[in-house]
Amino acid sequence: MHGGRLVVVGASLAGLRAAETARKAGFGGAITLVGAEEHLPYDRPPLSKAFLDRGADSAGACVPTFRPVETLRDELGVELVLGNPALALHPARKAVQVFDREIRYDHAVIATGATARRLPATEGLRGVHTLRTLDDAVAVRAALDAGARTVVVGAGFIGSEVASGARKRGLEITVVEALPTPLVRAVGQAMGEVCASLHRRNGTDLRCGVSVTEIQGDGRVERVVLSDGSTVEADLVVVGVGTEPATGWLEGSGLTLDNGIVCDETLFTGVEGVYAAGDVVRWRNPAFGRQMRLEHWTSAAEQGAAAVRNALEPAAARPYSTVPYFWSDWYDSRIQFVGLPQADEVRVVEEHVPGRHRCVALYREGDRLTGALTIDGQSVIMKYRGLIMKNAGWDEALAFAEQRRAA
Amino acid sequence: MEIIVDRARCTALGICESLAPEVFEVDDQGDLLLKSNTVPEGQQGEVEAAIAGCPTEALRLRG
Repeated sequence: MHGGRLVVVGASLAGLRAAETARKAGFGGAITLVGAEEHLPYDRPPLSKAFLDRGADSAGACVPTFRPVETLRDELGVELVLGNPALALHPARKAVQVFDREIRYDHAVIATGATARRLPATEGLRGVHTLRTLDDAVAVRAALDAGARTVVVGAGFIGSEVASGARKRGLEITVVEALPTPLVRAVGQAMGEVCASLHRRNGTDLRCGVSVTEIQGDGRVERVVLSDGSTVEADLVVVGVGTEPATGWLEGSGLTLDNGIVCDETLFTGVEGVYAAGDVVRWRNPAFGRQMRLEHWTSAAEQGAAAVRNALEPAAARPYSTVPYFWSDWYDSRIQFVGLPQADEVRVVEEHVPGRHRCVALYREGDRLTGALTIDGQSVIMKYRGLIMKNAGWDEALAFAEQRRAA
Repeated sequence: MEIIVDRARCTALGICESLAPEVFEVDDQGDLLLKSNTVPEGQQGEVEAAIAGCPTEALRLRG
């Protein structure tokens, strides 16, 4: 294992895993972890789930910090440079610029993630939030604690989880989704409709096919005007309309940028010593033979580890291959998806029945199983992931589904 | 090596099952079943991947 200096840019899950994995792999050189936020690395999935629950300790006891500072600094020997975003990458002199400091690297892993998209012309209007960072989550929780009438823009994961949290508190909530159903991009339209039923059954006012034309208020939000002409009174607006990969600081660096940092199968950027991981990377996933950018917990964690191994031992670099996986908890139901949502056919093999009965849908591309969605199907979802991993055919998947249904 | 599940942390997402299906399985009640309490012969890598892959850090090895 070579020494030298490893610089990890981005101090969230992928970046943390890169730093930890380097040490686990025996890297004895210096490690610097650069983060834009002032906080120690923390876990994001809880921010739109348990963190929003009533009674969650606002003093910070439930802040989902991964490791105490002592572990990072003393046990892992990681230099923490937090509260400052990286401003530029200079491949010619192998350096990352952070504020007024240039940090030299021999190996670099870029894991700057993605930033939440905002609605235009809402800056300066209090009560309008995205939900991506810990600071966002603190603000949203405070508003929910105050009993805010809430409008969520976007019925994706973030928006839907906020709706679940608000309903759990008994608050009125309206979810506005421009597309015909929730989660169209994540699970396709047919199954998006099934997910929509979870909202309706739980008393959330879900309005699909309408967009926000204006958010009105004098200094702070008062109402949201929709494209169908209706208005909704609101004290809190949570915007969950997707993200942009955080690559602005890499313009002109020589890295290939195209909706993320474009990498090969080994997460190599093409610039010597520089690898990328997490939400910011668009790489060629050998499991499907195509390029993709994922925003899932599992791939971020795995890519952080894979990218740093490859960065430290480029001659032995191995491809990173994965069957994408995500989960989302809505009300009392758990939605889980494996694979890819773009499909020639989506077949429901177990119908959704309100209550605790699982729903299973399978996704076909050509004659291959490429995806599976379950609602409350914890006991079967990963078996489908296994089938997709081993390139199972459609017939085999249907036979398996039949056998599970009978069980 | 004994496999320890922190039941207070486990939320049965099942990632461990996808990485080491010979060791982990989630049942219909959403409980994680250990098919083996120790790391089976030849499964060290898979079990370590499952531990690293757990989003709630509910898994560890002892011994």
